[in-house]
Amino acid sequence: MKFLDEYRDADLAFKLAREIHRQTTRPWTIMEVCGGQTHAIVKFGLDELLPASIKLLHGPGCPVCVTPMEVIDQALEIAARPGVIFTSFGDMLRVPGSRTDLLSVKGAGGDVRIIYSPLDAVKLARDNPDQEVVIFGVGFETTAPATALAIFEAARTRLANFTMLIAHVLVPPAIEALMSSPDCCIQGFLAAGHVCAVMGYEEYIPLAKKYRVPFVVTGFEPLDILQGVLLTVRQLESGRAEVENQYGRFVRREGNPHAQELMNVVFKVVPRRWRGLGEIPMSGLALTDEYRCFDAAKRFGLDSVEATEPADCAAGLVLRGVKTPHECPAFGTRCTPEHPLGATMVSSEGACAAYYRYRRLNTVPVGRMP
Amino acid sequence: MKPPDDGVACPLPITNYPRILMAHGGGGRLMHQLIDTVFKRAFSNPILDTGHDSAQLVLPPGRLAMTTDSYVVNPIFFPGGDIGSMAVHGTVNDLAMSGARPLYMSCAFIIEEGLPMATLQRVVGSMRGAAQKCGVTIVTGDTKVIDQGKGEGLYINTTGIGVMEHSLEISPARVRPGDVILLSGDLGRHGMAIMAVREGLQFETTIESDSAPLHEPVLELIKAGVEVHCLRDLTRGGLASALNEIAGSASVTISVDERMIPVREDVHAACEMLGLDPHYVANEGRCIAIVPAADSDKALAILHRHTISAGASLIGRVIKSSEPLVLLQNCLGAERILDMPSGEQLPRIC
Repeated sequence: MKFLDEYRDADLAFKLAREIHRQTTRPWTIMEVCGGQTHAIVKFGLDELLPASIKLLHGPGCPVCVTPMEVIDQALEIAARPGVIFTSFGDMLRVPGSRTDLLSVKGAGGDVRIIYSPLDAVKLARDNPDQEVVIFGVGFETTAPATALAIFEAARTRLANFTMLIAHVLVPPAIEALMSSPDCCIQGFLAAGHVCAVMGYEEYIPLAKKYRVPFVVTGFEPLDILQGVLLTVRQLESGRAEVENQYGRFVRREGNPHAQELMNVVFKVVPRRWRGLGEIPMSGLALTDEYRCFDAAKRFGLDSVEATEPADCAAGLVLRGVKTPHECPAFGTRCTPEHPLGATMVSSEGACAAYYRYRRLNTVPVGRMP
Repeated sequence: MKPPDDGVACPLPITNYPRILMAHGGGGRLMHQLIDTVFKRAFSNPILDTGHDSAQLVLPPGRLAMTTDSYVVNPIFFPGGDIGSMAVHGTVNDLAMSGARPLYMSCAFIIEEGLPMATLQRVVGSMRGAAQKCGVTIVTGDTKVIDQGKGEGLYINTTGIGVMEHSLEISPARVRPGDVILLSGDLGRHGMAIMAVREGLQFETTIESDSAPLHEPVLELIKAGVEVHCLRDLTRGGLASALNEIAGSASVTISVDERMIPVREDVHAACEMLGLDPHYVANEGRCIAIVPAADSDKALAILHRHTISAGASLIGRVIKSSEPLVLLQNCLGAERILDMPSGEQLPRIC
């Protein structure tokens, strides 16, 4: 497939891996921020191609994983109400709240529907004027412009039966929180390519300076990730801490100004709780005053009740890169994709789910590089 | 609707309704009319035409295979097929996976009130065509009508009986280390065709379902003396589920090579876009055959002679007796687990 197979070429991958081996003289700990990158690393076995002295930590960049349980509970409560069509991206449906999940709510008669684009939810609202259509606004800066457009469109066409339960989060504040944590051991970041396609990468420059860590904006295919690691290692080995762009075919320094403008019109930045990480200052999005009538929590009169996460779930430590999924005692025993304790086991981008799916036995032979 | 103006003062009951009514399942005249004008007319054969409560069959000697399956696909019509042809192919394929020649089939229709009569006729016509092509006779059936809003138009159940004209034991228990895995063609077309229609996704080309009968190549494999150890059609859950089921039943490790598994470019693109894995996507005209390595070339040559399996390839091997495990070699030569899906595949957020 064009624009894909080129980035999965085995010979080029091995060439990059050899170059990483050649450049590496010391141990380095690098975090890939985005769950899509985690998924690709584990799926393609990319970490097996790297020198043993390079440790890849899997970051908090899975939107499903970091959505706090109390917001999931709000979603479950709204979705169970009669007269509501609750729409969501597919992988939110299996995420457990305190008691149940959206798939079970659907099974019990709730009208829960998977959408591919937030504008589909707007169309549903238009086509079903007697029902309240709610969209679960989940994701990082990647999906925020699309949900912003849905709100914008709903306002423009004066849709009175459309609201959004909002759980959007932002990447740079989370990186700041990770770096300022006392147990932080991250020396370099692969920044999430698609987030940067929207936001550009200027906001990482102060972070790179402040914490003296390199950032390489990186894509999602095997060659992207290996090249991202190579650029990071080169910076680390030469003592540089700069922001570089590996994903030039999609990412410009300034990002996508139109998308940013739309986000700025519809959303404002607010403090937000992250599952596993706790509250992070100025790390979430909420509707601006002009658009607050589209807030589902307000429309349905929901209070945010803090929910307690299962005590034996190490998702928080996994999200911060302190533990690998294998190091959690519940991994693969009490916690599986069918009965997840935490969201990292649910989403296809969650680190625990990726490990469970592709290497749960921890016995898969290490790939041999020709 | 007005009754037909036929000059009779007291209006006669309407009989040629354009849509299915509850009365079409009520056991009265309308139901019999539906059976006579739609089902019997399409499926007519001496066994069905006797009109008994049960079909009376004379079966040839040999072991028999029997299977049943229900079809609830929505939409009823999709590129490359419809619920009717699929209900025939699915049951024929389940019989074929025992190496059985399909002989007889039942069909039960659960119809939602309000279904256009023309839709039903089109589906029944498609079933008739599929059954004729597969050499299977529809010998008995049933019709039920449910209230509007309680279904999605039309559901069909088919039960099939076939005869096994061979003495092979075709089952996962026969799978041995050293056996090879043959895949009959490219993956994922049925699932992605349905998803594209259901979700209104448009691609440059129309992805057509692979719905088709598999019995001919399978029967020829057996006739030619290929020692078939196991057959499995790759419906819900796709290749990954089938391999995991077999590895589980046979307690073996199976290793397959992603580079040898054909996936059409448009299917691949649609899967990438939605965050789906073609190894898990449903097919309706694909199977795997597990045969001894010594029979591999002969089996592939036979599969390649049939249009339905012209794209067959050797995708992997049974490595050893072990805890059940399926491994996938990827494009970089690294090995990973190809797991059983935990439920439906859910499209990713981003």
